[in-house]
Amino acid sequence: MSRAIVLYLHVHQPFRVRQYSIFDAGVNHDYFFAQDYEDRTSNERIAHKVAEKSYIPTNQALLELLNNHPEFRLSLSITGTVIEQLEMWAPEALQSFKDLVATGRVEIVGETYHHSLAFYYSREEFERQVQMHREKVQHVFGVTPQIFRGTELAYDNDIAYWADKAGYKGILAEGWDPVLGWRSPNHVYRPAYTDNIRLLMKNYRLSDDIAFRFSDQNWAGWPLTADKFSRWLNETPDSTNFNLFMDYETFGEHQWDDSGIFDFLRHLPQEWLKGEGNSFMTISEAIDAFDAQDFIDAPHTTTWADSERDLSAWVGNNMQQQAIHALYDLESSILSTGDFNLIEDWRRLQSSDHVYYMCTKWFNDGDIHAYFSPYENPYDAFIAYMNAYHDLKFRLAEKGIEV
Amino acid sequence: MLGWELPPHNSGGLGVACHQLCKALARKGADIEFILPYEHTTPIDFMKVRAATPQDVREVLLSGIAYDSAEYVYTTGETKRLSIYDQQRLYEESMENIALDGEYDVIHAHDWLTFRAALRAKHITGLPLVVHVHSIERDRAGGEAGNPLVREIEYMGLMMADRIIAVSEHTKRCIVEDYGIPAEKIAVVHNSIDSETLAPLDPSNAYHYLARMKEDGARVVVSIGRLTAQKNLPMLLEAAKEVIARAPKTYFLIVGSGEQYYELIEQAASLGISRNVIFTGFQRGKEWRDAYAIGDVFVMPSVSEPFGLTPLEAIAYGTPSVISKQSGVAEIIDNCLKVDFWDRDELANKITAVVQNDGLRDELHNNSFQEFVKLSWDDSAHKLTHIYKQHMGAYA
Repeated sequence: MSRAIVLYLHVHQPFRVRQYSIFDAGVNHDYFFAQDYEDRTSNERIAHKVAEKSYIPTNQALLELLNNHPEFRLSLSITGTVIEQLEMWAPEALQSFKDLVATGRVEIVGETYHHSLAFYYSREEFERQVQMHREKVQHVFGVTPQIFRGTELAYDNDIAYWADKAGYKGILAEGWDPVLGWRSPNHVYRPAYTDNIRLLMKNYRLSDDIAFRFSDQNWAGWPLTADKFSRWLNETPDSTNFNLFMDYETFGEHQWDDSGIFDFLRHLPQEWLKGEGNSFMTISEAIDAFDAQDFIDAPHTTTWADSERDLSAWVGNNMQQQAIHALYDLESSILSTGDFNLIEDWRRLQSSDHVYYMCTKWFNDGDIHAYFSPYENPYDAFIAYMNAYHDLKFRLAEKGIEV
Repeated sequence: MLGWELPPHNSGGLGVACHQLCKALARKGADIEFILPYEHTTPIDFMKVRAATPQDVREVLLSGIAYDSAEYVYTTGETKRLSIYDQQRLYEESMENIALDGEYDVIHAHDWLTFRAALRAKHITGLPLVVHVHSIERDRAGGEAGNPLVREIEYMGLMMADRIIAVSEHTKRCIVEDYGIPAEKIAVVHNSIDSETLAPLDPSNAYHYLARMKEDGARVVVSIGRLTAQKNLPMLLEAAKEVIARAPKTYFLIVGSGEQYYELIEQAASLGISRNVIFTGFQRGKEWRDAYAIGDVFVMPSVSEPFGLTPLEAIAYGTPSVISKQSGVAEIIDNCLKVDFWDRDELANKITAVVQNDGLRDELHNNSFQEFVKLSWDDSAHKLTHIYKQHMGAYA
């Protein structure tokens, strides 16, 4: 029996809005560049930190695994905004990603360039951003994505239908129980109302064992070793593909080096590959290797966040709704200017992270929101964002365009 | 004179009003000794300022918020954090030394924080006591009953005083209603404004964005003040929704901080008007002055405002006002638009009228400015000196 681990890591950094006040609006148009390097919103500082703590050591470990184990495979998604930041501030980290892709055993997954929720607000803008990302990936890595993921793993019938028509061979989603029903996430599926495309759904229990619970000493599974984890997988009946999807920063940033996460990663291939028929596959390889077990109907949007697994962490409160609608309402005005810098600033403000920082679900999920936010609280995030929005309007007014 | 704060240590209008009133009184020849609960370091030449700290307190470290706890440093080097009630107790105890120290004619005490000390001083010296009410607890609690301990102190002070000064007819009515004090015992002495203390505007306004939007026909409604229940800002936002529905190019600039800050941001979002409402947080200096100046209309919809200095500052910086009828300042300025604090639709109506009609805006401002330039603390000082004399006579 053949079984594969499908490891997929997501790499992303947004251009965070600095402490941008109403007194900056109409004066400075540099929303994303904090003057103080030490500021919580300094993208340069964060890029340096994450490159050093996560990207470089992880890529080094992954490259060693690729060199030592010809069977080792993984898939990556990497947004346009993080590629730009690495080009500016950590070129050696970007090079280490290129080295991985150059082995031919690392697949790059397609998505929007700006990590946006544009699919839900402007289909045309969404398609432009997907195209921008495709071109950037071709330019930087020399490959063309065959698989698509919605931002925040947002998934529903509509986006699967779109990706099918756009020619993708696969799409990713959260393996959320209400969608899966009685099914197991450890198979390939076909989205409802589509012809050719296949669906891989995250096994969130196994993924979260690594991404969230790895260093939790109160967890019954602690300490998690490669040998123990492989045993769990081997003991899972009737499975073809174990979809381990997580943020790239799991390695070194969410789970620190001293938790043993890198040792786990280094030993996983050798432990897993001991089992007969066990392998690693990219997403495309899994789709080629295994038949669709069933079709999945997803009328409602799911994501990989929070206990709700919906979009409420991004657009669940009124501030988030106000902010995102304000931004998308500028679309035709902004695009009509043909001003690259203005359009790009508007697109950078579309990164879903901005509205995530405005989330007020303090309890239960709130702690993880607070951990990722560079702001004191959601209100400060909202105010800085809206001031940047006002400045966009100012720049339009200067061009004679009234909103 | 017993007071709780003087600029620059002021949380609101009280310190400023005391400072300017004393200055005008001194011009009339009054010899004032002003007792503060802390050591005042900014030089003042028109009166003697004295700290009421007991003998063994070396220093009082203020937190920056007037009605908060403060740290008392003792000569022994020990430090203690004292609540507002303990500070009042120490202030009161210090009267044992101070009251017998000098040759005084009248005790004049400003607001409830000094009332216990004032009663002690009156008890020791037998001198006439004038209590000056800048606000009562009901104002500060946004129309609710407020803190019963504060009410008790306020009531005692009002009962035992020989004369009560209210900063407005509105406040006088509130005192009569809330505490059953006979109206004859209360004299109204309005606050005023010393325009020399207002720094001039620069040619360029700090609200660059709003200035640009105004070129394209936008209009700006400004509110400046603490974001507390008393100021009635939730209703202003409700009115703002109505205004924006009719005049979509209207911006509301909300300057200030306070316990309702986040609540108001959320309220604006749930009303769907976040694009038109700008929250700046607390501002001082240029950003504070320019907020008045960028406005086409200033709003002060307070539930109850004993006096309310901000509309006068707005006039000084070129902006007419829509103000609550339940405010003292409404009694001294005729050329402004007045609404009942509970009348949201009328508030929206009046703001809409001003933002849609520059003629109305300019006429209101020109006429209110004529009233403004005539205002003077000297009139207030004149009335007060008269009151002092009446009581000094009674005790002579």
